[in-house]
Amino acid sequence: MTAPLLSLHHLSMRFGGLLAVNDVSFDVRRGEITALIGPNGAGKTTVFNCITGFYKPTEGMIALTHEDGTRFLLERLPDYRINEKARVARTFQNIRLFQGMTVLENLLVAQHNPLMAASGWTVLGVLGIGGYRRREQEAVDKAVAWLERIGLVDRADDPAGDLPYGDQRRLEIARAMCTDPVLLCLDEPAAGLNPRESLELNALLRSVRDRDGTSVLLIEHDMSVVMEISDHVVVLDYGIKIADGAPDEIRNDPKVIAAYLGVEDEEVAAVEAEVGA
Amino acid sequence: MEVFVQQLINGLTLGSIYGLIAIGYTMVFGIIGMVNFAHGDVFMVGGFIALLFFMVMTAWLGLAVLPALMIVLVLGMVFTGLWNWAIERVAYRPLRGSFRLAPLISAIGMSILLSNLVQVLQGPRNKPVPPMFTQVLPLFEQNGYTVGIGYKQIVIMVVTAVSLAIFWYVVQKTPLGRAQRACEQDQKMASLLGINVDATISLTFVMGAALAAVAGVMYIMYYGVVNFSDGFIPGVKAFTAAVLGGIGSLPGAVIGGLLIGLIETMWSAYFSIDYKDVAAFSILAITLVFLPTGLFGRPEVEKV
Repeated sequence: MTAPLLSLHHLSMRFGGLLAVNDVSFDVRRGEITALIGPNGAGKTTVFNCITGFYKPTEGMIALTHEDGTRFLLERLPDYRINEKARVARTFQNIRLFQGMTVLENLLVAQHNPLMAASGWTVLGVLGIGGYRRREQEAVDKAVAWLERIGLVDRADDPAGDLPYGDQRRLEIARAMCTDPVLLCLDEPAAGLNPRESLELNALLRSVRDRDGTSVLLIEHDMSVVMEISDHVVVLDYGIKIADGAPDEIRNDPKVIAAYLGVEDEEVAAVEAEVGA
Repeated sequence: MEVFVQQLINGLTLGSIYGLIAIGYTMVFGIIGMVNFAHGDVFMVGGFIALLFFMVMTAWLGLAVLPALMIVLVLGMVFTGLWNWAIERVAYRPLRGSFRLAPLISAIGMSILLSNLVQVLQGPRNKPVPPMFTQVLPLFEQNGYTVGIGYKQIVIMVVTAVSLAIFWYVVQKTPLGRAQRACEQDQKMASLLGINVDATISLTFVMGAALAAVAGVMYIMYYGVVNFSDGFIPGVKAFTAAVLGGIGSLPGAVIGGLLIGLIETMWSAYFSIDYKDVAAFSILAITLVFLPTGLFGRPEVEKV
């Protein structure tokens, strides 16, 4: 083991007068599920947006290191390269499937780059020469394998927008996984799921970690999910990292409890002194 | 009856050309939400490129008409595609993300630039090509009037059908087409899945121009002449066709093109030929007032 998979160094993001993320540093270790938690407005999604290239951070460095030692500075890559080269995939709080395309096509779009190269930038694909047909078949097989894992194989040809909410959530994760990521970033994957679907999600995320060897970074409000599946928890509050450690440590951390539950007035000063605010 | 059938054939021929141009409008609108007003002039440039290559092939290299036409089609598609790629690169891409009107104005500027450039380079007169495929296939005779279909009309319909089939295959079945449809729905998400959105938009312009080039080749073959100002009227009619079919819808563009072609020829036959453009453009106004989403368009759904 060399460098951690993802390493944030002194990340800050400023929107005008608002410092949404203030000097946050943490690591995401290879082969682990890391949860990023915090009260509303803590800057969790902003951190995600910096990692996946939506925002260019005001200050700081985001380094992603592949297993072979190749290092990418994500804040310097154009957004589509973050997926193509650095192999980071993400989902959003709201569902952003391609609603008008079929379930299968959503998974094929995620395999765009290898397929585009195999089709000779479309020319060979139209002529049906080269290895394109075989490559396309492999892509379909991979998509179907994922559909089997998420239990949607019989709906492959339906428009993605027709699926029920929980299925759309899982399809989004499958689509992100079809890009062969080393790091999967999930923004509130359990939001709006019922308890049974939440359990299925936990199983899916564990299999992503154990079977595919993909590390996961997730934002989640559902503490049952966080405590159940994560190996490592990072807590943000008002853009500042207030805790970082194993789930059990976090559960009992007074600063975290204070951030979530609020504190008596006389305790505020004491906590603030401790946080360094 | 015999006049009607004859006009039906003529209308479908003309409509094929409009349909090919209309696809360029509708694709660009679908992917970046902009009406490319220079597209009619791209069609005209395609016609001129075809004219030049056709002259080189027949007068200098002495090829027969049919092989010359095939080569001209391919070369015309490539070079017109390059033109539209360059136009997108210099005139539209720098304006992406600015206010909505900016690329529209830029497109109108490009349209004026192209037609004037061709006027200066090629002169203002009609440029003729030698007549080709002049034979007519008689179909039936009624009341002393022979209804026939010209060989060049057959060529136009066949070439259009083949181009559309290839085009449909690309959009529906290839990774490029999937990327285009993905970008049409959600560009940010597409880029997060590793799709180079800028490259996809560029290729959309190239594909639209390639079909406009096919239309340009068919146009000079059908009419025998091309002029620097020939981009405007067919361009606006093709735009009308795209709106009638529902802008953003590919089958809509083809059906709209055929309908506009039919309306125009039927109007010329039964009413007044002087007013044929008025008839075609009235369709634009009527569609926008009574059927703003067109025949196959999806109503605009507010994204939440």
